[in-house]
Amino acid sequence: MALTLAEKIFRSHLRDEPFPGTKVLDIDVVMCHEITTPIAINDLVERGKDRVFDPDRIKVVIDHVTPAKDTKTAQQGRILRDWVRRQKIKDFFDIGRNGVCHALFPEQGFIRPGYTVIMGDSHTCTHGAFGAFAAGVGTTDLEVGILKGVCAFREPKTIRININGTVPRAVYAKDIVLRIIKELTVKGATDCVIEFQGDVVKNMSMESRMTLCNMAIEAGATSGVCMPDEVTVEYLWPFISSEYANKQAALDDYKKWWSDNGCAYIKVIDLDVTGLEPQITFGFRPDEVKNISEMEGIPVDQIYIGSCTNGRIEDLRVAAGYLKGRSAASSVRGIVSPATPKVFREADEEGIIKIFMDAGFCVTNPTCGACLGMSNGVLAPGEACASTTNRNFNGRMGKGGMVYLMSPAVAAATAIEGRIADPRKLRREEL
Amino acid sequence: MKTFGGKVLFLDRSDINTDEIIPARYLTEISKDALKSHMLEDLKLEAFDPQAMQTSEARVIVSRANFGCGSSREHAPWVFEVNDINVVIAQSFARIFRQNMFNCGMLAIELPEDVIERLFSHCGGSAELIVDFNKDSFTISSAKGAESISYVISRFDKALVEAGGWVEFADARY
Ligand code: SF4
Repeated sequence: MALTLAEKIFRSHLRDEPFPGTKVLDIDVVMCHEITTPIAINDLVERGKDRVFDPDRIKVVIDHVTPAKDTKTAQQGRILRDWVRRQKIKDFFDIGRNGVCHALFPEQGFIRPGYTVIMGDSHTCTHGAFGAFAAGVGTTDLEVGILKGVCAFREPKTIRININGTVPRAVYAKDIVLRIIKELTVKGATDCVIEFQGDVVKNMSMESRMTLCNMAIEAGATSGVCMPDEVTVEYLWPFISSEYANKQAALDDYKKWWSDNGCAYIKVIDLDVTGLEPQITFGFRPDEVKNISEMEGIPVDQIYIGSCTNGRIEDLRVAAGYLKGRSAASSVRGIVSPATPKVFREADEEGIIKIFMDAGFCVTNPTCGACLGMSNGVLAPGEACASTTNRNFNGRMGKGGMVYLMSPAVAAATAIEGRIADPRKLRREEL
Repeated sequence: MKTFGGKVLFLDRSDINTDEIIPARYLTEISKDALKSHMLEDLKLEAFDPQAMQTSEARVIVSRANFGCGSSREHAPWVFEVNDINVVIAQSFARIFRQNMFNCGMLAIELPEDVIERLFSHCGGSAELIVDFNKDSFTISSAKGAESISYVISRFDKALVEAGGWVEFADARY
């Protein structure tokens, strides 16, 4: 029988089907951060079940508010630290080694094709870029995941999106995924997995694929996925070289997860990106998306480049290409948060940090930072931020604030102009 | 098992997200009770006064499509739970929010658009809604009259409510 990638993963991980339609899966990786995990830990302690199913399959980071900003966030960090020690969890990333979960964990080689991954974080769908089934869950699902290594799902239906054509200059994965969310709407993929296929995806780096999959949740999807291929193998090679004789052997193995010809999709969308303009949101929902040409000239107060969507080295390179030799307008506050220490170090070695600083940006440590308005970079009521993040909900970056979602290229152009600007009108410099 | 029913709070908008239900700035709390006074604080809805939530006696929420989209934060069901709201009825839910509700032993009931429209016709004055969990139905009554409506939830979701949540269910079984 022809199966989708998600169906294959469900079959290979099925632990139980307590009722028809409910699949309880074995989970390969349970990821934890300091915002949604402490309550699960406290609950386990209260129930007298302070245990974990497998300390080596649990990966932990402090990333949302780090360094701690007040007593409460310090306490959240502390609960996590004490627990990690108690449970002998060795993959724990704290100050100096920490970064945004969905950028950091892939970098560590924790995600493999065919894996099941859960985390108490909706953007867990990012990891589907490796051909994994990766789903965001709430604290109770996380708690059971930690304790038993299982999670219940309805078997997802799959939407396939074929992305083909020639990617225009100054257009990136972020523009493509914003365009897709506009088409699907914020609820168009609820209870579905979105498969990103087509030549454009085949030619994308893992970083760009992660940007695509990251925003699958903004269309309501359970996970976004890409088929694992040569690019996946290349990225993972440092971590898997002892498992396979050579890269071809790894690829041949990973191909078993590919969706079969003739498998069932509930919807297939063909997207030709030739002629696509840079995309940007305008309202309080991520499906409220327009072409950049309709939005140019709107003033903003802050620029934010970072997050699990666009805080990777590739994103910083793009933004720096536009910022090199130029300055952010004096009317805006520019903030950049490299997503991980590795990204920070590479950006430093490539001279990118200097470009940002010369342009007048504040460079923060790797963290979620301004993305969710609970750490640094909070907006005042009435202020607007041009942001490379993934959510423009009302109040997301601070009560009464407005967020425009865009690519790093549009964010950089907007920084220079002080108003929403089209990067196609600027030259991207060689770094 | 929790109790389900009481005074209805109508939220007449689709796509109400979890940032609106409980803003991220309160996610530094490590107890559910600390969330209590911040329910729906950032909700963008005409004529809605978040301040009024402080004295609200609502026990049921009725809303439109894609309720609870956005962040995975279980703080959203929790802020309802600590305000004694154990039932949300909507045209549809975001997956994680719906699962979080049942995982907490709470009820997330999906109904077709025309039925939701009928429920909204009770909005304006004061409406009461009483759930008969065993019969998969509820009665809504207001000055406009009373009506009994049946709903469908999966057997798994029902079992979670009966067990008191996913931790209890999973613990007994795995
Ligand atoms: S960067 Fe933003 S969206 Fe990503 S995990 Fe952090 S808070 Fe969530």
